[in-house]
Amino acid sequence: MSDWPLWEVFVRPRRGLAHTHVGSLHAPDAQVALHNARDVYTRRQEGLSIWVVPASTIVASSPDEKDQFFDPAGDKVYRHPTFYDVPEGAKHL
Amino acid sequence: MSQVAEYALALGDDALITAQRLAEWSARAPEMELDIALSNVALDQLGVARLALTYAAETLGGDEDTLAYLRSDHEFRNCLLVELPNAGPTAEPAAPGDFGVTMARLFLLAAYQLPVYDWLADHGADERLADIAAKARKESAYHLDLASMWTVRLGDGTDESHERMQSALDELWPYTHELFEPSGDAAPEPAALQARWLQIVEPVLAQATLTRPADGWAPSGGRSGRHTEHLSRLLAEMQVVHRAHPGARW
Repeated sequence: MSDWPLWEVFVRPRRGLAHTHVGSLHAPDAQVALHNARDVYTRRQEGLSIWVVPASTIVASSPDEKDQFFDPAGDKVYRHPTFYDVPEGAKHL
Repeated sequence: MSQVAEYALALGDDALITAQRLAEWSARAPEMELDIALSNVALDQLGVARLALTYAAETLGGDEDTLAYLRSDHEFRNCLLVELPNAGPTAEPAAPGDFGVTMARLFLLAAYQLPVYDWLADHGADERLADIAAKARKESAYHLDLASMWTVRLGDGTDESHERMQSALDELWPYTHELFEPSGDAAPEPAALQARWLQIVEPVLAQATLTRPADGWAPSGGRSGRHTEHLSRLLAEMQVVHRAHPGARW
């Protein structure tokens, strides 16, 4: 329905956390996109910071490449940090 | 009536009628994102209206609801600017809203509300009005930002958007004079307020390539209860449910 380009919206919920993708919206330019993102996605104090990115600039992996991209990681258990003992008292691992 | 209560009523009525006009855009705005943006602004204004009317009611009697729903048009103290239809002062009563007029009006209004709230919060003698203003000014700063952004985009947009924005501005401008009439000691000094307002408005108009209309005809009377016919129609819609079902609860 909208002639305006699509933008992807990322919101950082709290200091110290990374921006997380929350959705998309339409806007004619970057500043309007930022305002629209504020109005659509942070109405309930969800964020401290917003990024908007033109959806057309995102390079995505193709579903056709799923096998070669992701399957090879499936049987490489040694990539997971499970082969050493966690020292007594170490937290947040 | 105390000057403070009278001024709280004026500010509250400005906010209430603005909220009602903006709410008319719900589900009808040009884009979904704008629908939400206009509703957000409407709810901000409604929040200020509730606080200001509740405060005014302590002196005037009743409560926020009786003030909002049971007064007739001549008892309202809002400025004429906020009651004009979303399609502009000369539009037919049922004409669909005009987004340019709506944004031009919000821009002219927010450029007034923000310095009023700033003054009340920083220099106002009345503590309760200062508290209300301290909450409202952050919201108002956003309204001004949003409306300035759209004023620039529509003014400096296509030939058609420029022409429509200029004509919206020309139609609304006379109604801004009323904002700078004396409102008693509880209010900021009118000449200083107007100077501040122009400091905000003129650069945005310049950026929007819009011509600042000449000062001339200055309709007024809203602050003393002499309103346009548009307010009667707005109140009919806003008050009909409350009047048909007095005291009804969810």
